[in-house]
Amino acid sequence: MKVKLRIKRFNPQKDRKPYWQEFEVEAEKTDRVLDALHQIRWYQDGTLGFRRSCAHGICGSDAMLINGKNRLACKALFADLGDYVTVEPLRGLPVLKDLIVDMEPFFAAYRAVKPYLINNDQPPLKERLQSPEERARFDDTTKCILCAACTTSCPSFWVNRDYLGPAAIVNAHRFIFDSRDQAAEERLDILASRDGVWRCRTIFNCTDACPRGIQVTKAIEEVKRAIMYAKV
Amino acid sequence: MKYHTYDAVVVGAGGAGLRAAIELTDVASVAVVTKLYPTRSHTGAAQGGVCAALGNTEEDHWEWHMFDTVKGGDYLVDQDAAEVMCREAIDEIYELEHMGLPFNRTPEGLIDQRRFGGHTRNFGEGPVRRACYAADRTGHMILQTMYQQSVKHDVHFYNEFHVFDLILSEDGRAAGVVAYELATGEIHIFHAKAVLFATGGFGRAFRVTSNAQTLTGDGMAVVYRRGIPLEDMEFYQFHPTGMYKMGILLSEAARGEGAILRNGLGERFMERYAPTLLDLAPRDMVTRAIYQEIREGRGAEGKDYVYLDLRHLGKQVIDEKLPDITDFVRTYFHIDPAKDLVPIQPTAHYAMGGIPTDIDGRVVVDEKNTPLPGLYAAGETACVSVHGANRLGTNSLLDILVFGRRAGAHMAKFVKENDLPPLPKDAGERVQAMLDSLLKANGHESVAKIRTDLQRDMMDLAGVYRTAEGLTKMQGILGELRERYQHIGLQDRGSLFNAELVDAVELGFLLDCSEALVSSALAREESRGGHYREDFPKRDDQRFLSHTLAYKRDNGQIELRYKPVVITRFQPKERKY
Repeated sequence: MKVKLRIKRFNPQKDRKPYWQEFEVEAEKTDRVLDALHQIRWYQDGTLGFRRSCAHGICGSDAMLINGKNRLACKALFADLGDYVTVEPLRGLPVLKDLIVDMEPFFAAYRAVKPYLINNDQPPLKERLQSPEERARFDDTTKCILCAACTTSCPSFWVNRDYLGPAAIVNAHRFIFDSRDQAAEERLDILASRDGVWRCRTIFNCTDACPRGIQVTKAIEEVKRAIMYAKV
Repeated sequence: MKYHTYDAVVVGAGGAGLRAAIELTDVASVAVVTKLYPTRSHTGAAQGGVCAALGNTEEDHWEWHMFDTVKGGDYLVDQDAAEVMCREAIDEIYELEHMGLPFNRTPEGLIDQRRFGGHTRNFGEGPVRRACYAADRTGHMILQTMYQQSVKHDVHFYNEFHVFDLILSEDGRAAGVVAYELATGEIHIFHAKAVLFATGGFGRAFRVTSNAQTLTGDGMAVVYRRGIPLEDMEFYQFHPTGMYKMGILLSEAARGEGAILRNGLGERFMERYAPTLLDLAPRDMVTRAIYQEIREGRGAEGKDYVYLDLRHLGKQVIDEKLPDITDFVRTYFHIDPAKDLVPIQPTAHYAMGGIPTDIDGRVVVDEKNTPLPGLYAAGETACVSVHGANRLGTNSLLDILVFGRRAGAHMAKFVKENDLPPLPKDAGERVQAMLDSLLKANGHESVAKIRTDLQRDMMDLAGVYRTAEGLTKMQGILGELRERYQHIGLQDRGSLFNAELVDAVELGFLLDCSEALVSSALAREESRGGHYREDFPKRDDQRFLSHTLAYKRDNGQIELRYKPVVITRFQPKERKY
């Protein structure tokens, strides 16, 4: 089948403002938007800018706004999208070129929540024990691939770029509810600040956008409750 | 050109690179230079598990693990290296757990373990539970944990900097690397006492592959062009269960949990090929069995694929232990593995060969294992060799952890004891010349078309089955592709995220890796592990119990030399499962 892609282009070295460009490519229903973007870059317009790596939804490189919704281009099939598809860069992060956005603000928010296990006890000679139930408590938030689909779908983030955003909260959740971690309070203090969880207005865009199926809004709510009742 | 000076530079931010950087960063100044963002590396795509003889669910010993690794590698494994890996695996897994990796747990709270291909109890008696895992996203958890630790240790990253050249000083030491900044097009010289390449494999040389778009053999090709040999490049692993046509990996963990391979007639054909281990035989054997079934007309619907049958595992096991591969199958095939048979075919997966190193990650450049001072490699880029002629499942994650750490530790010692080597005046010139030429390239050939032809022919002529005739033909084709590569044309003349230029450079890297593979494979007139010669179907220890070293000479010719295999505990035997 023939599919049309309407892509938002912008090269700051040449263009004064972004513009739309249409491309037509031959594709199968089972093809992904990423396949079509490759066809364009390889055979039609070598200047088209986008990121990608694993091409099956694990590495988190190719989140973009596809038909008005944040998705990974490698998991968005034409069978589900139809034959006319609009593609734009993620919202809320500076556009560097075409579909490539500056990820540094996103990773800075991630780093701000101390996204690593903190446990100051001398570790045992073998593994620390953790029951399957304790392990299950934070399973959902370990799935995050840092693609930014959630954070850049959040209206609260669009209007306040200092908001740490859903992805950072998800990664804090992953440690706050890990029975082996001892720094829940430090993280909850960070998330209780002006740019933390209270910016969340429970809009659920993040949950809809997550390509890993993480219950993002639920995780944020759990963090809010932990702050309010001062217990994990 | 911009200049940076560090004690050590790590190229690549997958598991091996980050593990080394974490080891180094508190004791030396380190830059991690990566063409991606750190969590984008392909370590994250590894699924099934990482083996260590913890014995958490049944009796196990590292000596059994070592034996399986040696036998699985068809006795081409260097046994001193395998011993180090399997012994140190145990503490490495505990260390990972202490870093926070969320392993699945037993009811007692220990790290849970499951079965995996080729891993056995008591030297081959039957399958053993040795693979520590986190659902079917073990690689994702390892990569995330490594990145988390990098944040904790404040590792210094240069993200989206693509290394195009290695700098050697006049006295023959590694002196740094030359990188191309994707966001600006600028050249950066990283001057350092020690350099580690941890850039992964080159699966993109083949048509059907489990590898990321970005796995183009960069590190291997960069050092190869500087006169350093590549070891055992003919040993390339095709994983039995890639998704039909797409190549996306469906973990061996599926078979570890009990899934079965079926041909078009519905038969469990592995009964005929590996009566003891059945579907959990090593990958090279299962892959050839699938090809054989297809050749004999028993493929599914008469085509070039067979089925992975997970239906009897039940929805709960599938959802809890194999959630990611279930998601892939649902997303891309629109079928449900709890109800439907999954179409699979072998997919190009892993390079057993690579840059030769010793057990401390030091790059060694000849038959006598002479190290090149300051140069290191680890992970799939390297060849220690712990995988020999065929890697066992889970051992790649173990390899990156154990040898990433060991390389980092050795580099820490090296940079303390050595001064900064002098930087050659022309350090960035070769890269500058290459960029100048690419930015002017206006020939009629397309990079994408050359790459597609390369991938198609490598798959057919240098893939699972090989012959002298096919490999010779492939050598000719590589010559033609190389000629066409001289006449490529690019549209993007810009300096901002010029992916077209990067694609062209990466194609050059793929051509180098492919040439080394094909020449090494043509010369090895035997069948061993992942290298199967239809014209020489038997293993020949008399002539070929040795590692290949392929050198690229200045005139473009490839010279092959051989070095002995290190044999300590286990004498070569016939390999049956």
